[in-house]
Amino acid sequence: MTEPFTITVDGRQVAVTPGQTIGAALHAAGIRSWRSTRFCGRPRGLFCGIGVCFDCLVSVNGRPAERACLREAAPGDEVTTS
Amino acid sequence: MSGFRHDLVVVGGGPAGVAGALTAALAGLRVALVDSSARLGGQYFRHSRAAQDAPGGAPELDGFLRRGRALAERADLLLGHRVWHVSREDGGLAVHCVTPDEQPLTVRGARLLIATGAHDRVVPFPGWDLPGVLTAGGAQALLKGSGVLAGRRAVVAGTGPFLLPVAAGLAGAGADVLAVYEAARGLGLARHPVLALGKAGEAAGYALALARHRVPYLTRRAVVAAHGDGALEAVTVARIDAGWNVVDTRVVECDTLAVGHGFVPQIELGVELGCGTRADADGSPVLVVDAAQRTTVPGVWAAGEPTGVGGWRLAEVEGRVAGHAVAAEHRASTRASTRASTGAPAVSGGGHGAPRALLARRRGMRAFAEALQRAYPVAPGWQGWLRDDTLVCRCEEVPVSRVREAQRLGATDARSIKLLARPGMGWCQGRICGYAVSCLAGEEPRPPKRPIAQPITLGALARSTDEPTTPNTPDE
Repeated sequence: MTEPFTITVDGRQVAVTPGQTIGAALHAAGIRSWRSTRFCGRPRGLFCGIGVCFDCLVSVNGRPAERACLREAAPGDEVTTS
Repeated sequence: MSGFRHDLVVVGGGPAGVAGALTAALAGLRVALVDSSARLGGQYFRHSRAAQDAPGGAPELDGFLRRGRALAERADLLLGHRVWHVSREDGGLAVHCVTPDEQPLTVRGARLLIATGAHDRVVPFPGWDLPGVLTAGGAQALLKGSGVLAGRRAVVAGTGPFLLPVAAGLAGAGADVLAVYEAARGLGLARHPVLALGKAGEAAGYALALARHRVPYLTRRAVVAAHGDGALEAVTVARIDAGWNVVDTRVVECDTLAVGHGFVPQIELGVELGCGTRADADGSPVLVVDAAQRTTVPGVWAAGEPTGVGGWRLAEVEGRVAGHAVAAEHRASTRASTRASTGAPAVSGGGHGAPRALLARRRGMRAFAEALQRAYPVAPGWQGWLRDDTLVCRCEEVPVSRVREAQRLGATDARSIKLLARPGMGWCQGRICGYAVSCLAGEEPRPPKRPIAQPITLGALARSTDEPTTPNTPDE
């Protein structure tokens, strides 16, 4: 699997180079925040980038609370953000 | 022979873990290595899939990848497996993981090597939670692991030698790196402590790269605030004194800030097992180890950053020392059990099995690492950068004012502040804010107590109780 592919993020197509994390693909597409905090609705995206801070949480194929910075994107992944 | 499937289970697939696992495997031990990432490497040797498939890049990474391939032929690699708990069981160790498809798996071994690395240490400042502000390690991981640039107009700030490779990496990949703002006192790159202390090659290379890209390296400077409407647009850069108090400020427009203040060693697995800890030269709690990298708990070794932050070369040496020591102890216990069955007299085991030259190298590198930690302290003046509404805890959105209020109500230590104001009670379990909360409470950071090291679904937790004693052969 070396050909670029796409994933769907909230219905929008995002290009992925194989081996990229979902967070990296979002960042490369110019999307730098994709979650709002519970209390104040502050925007969140990548911060620690290595799975420690949990700021970058997304749902992937219906599974909630995946760390976008750790999870490698797979062809056809359906990502939803909150 | 022990009754375990593995003679050694290693947690962590960075330089220390791979070196320890490979050394032990080459000595004939049955080894399993568990790591949460899809590829070996840890933070320093994090690499893209393209780099893995087509080696021939940096010689250091190539060397690591070669060792990784040698290890894959000789050990069980459980990549993409998150360790959420470790426990002592039947005279050995049980490492409880969640597989990539959320299935519980327990890996059992006679011995354990903790090589879990470290993560960026961050101090809060106004606006630090704006998108576009990343940890220095985060910016580096994005570039190394996925080939993605954190941003176009970048500022690198904080303290410590790690800022150099981060800035050089960003500049080399095409970012406009406006400056590196190093909070420590410096005399310019030429007299950078890394150079002064003789670690010339690596630092000189980064210095050259920064010079080539015309990236200024300015000391006694700090980013004291980040600004933007929904995303980073500018930072306030201050000249600071030795205590990190602001002298004067100016505003620099940028879309990305990579910030780091040294590292927090990830020691919770050791703490869970009751391993002794100590404060390192920079105050970080680390695991106590002896000359053989043994922790204070029998059967448990540690190598790399969990025993004190010192970079990948030291981590690799420590991993090798641990691998030799584990192999020596394994041979001694195998001989002992053979003797027990044949009635031969016991001979004292002793020795840690590692070559003397390796031990001497480790001593020198450890001393150097401690000198570096002392050269880049975090001074308390950053607390003066905070405003009442500056978040301390990003997860639970706890501002400085709530921490101060808890202190007024009588919460005098970090633990009471946590119980009253809730910093550190969210998703990251205080990994990000723990250092800052300790500082605000006026105490040294304490060893983290996290019975569950990684979030785990209730379903996987429930299924984990039914796990058979012997793990299935892992899928590659």
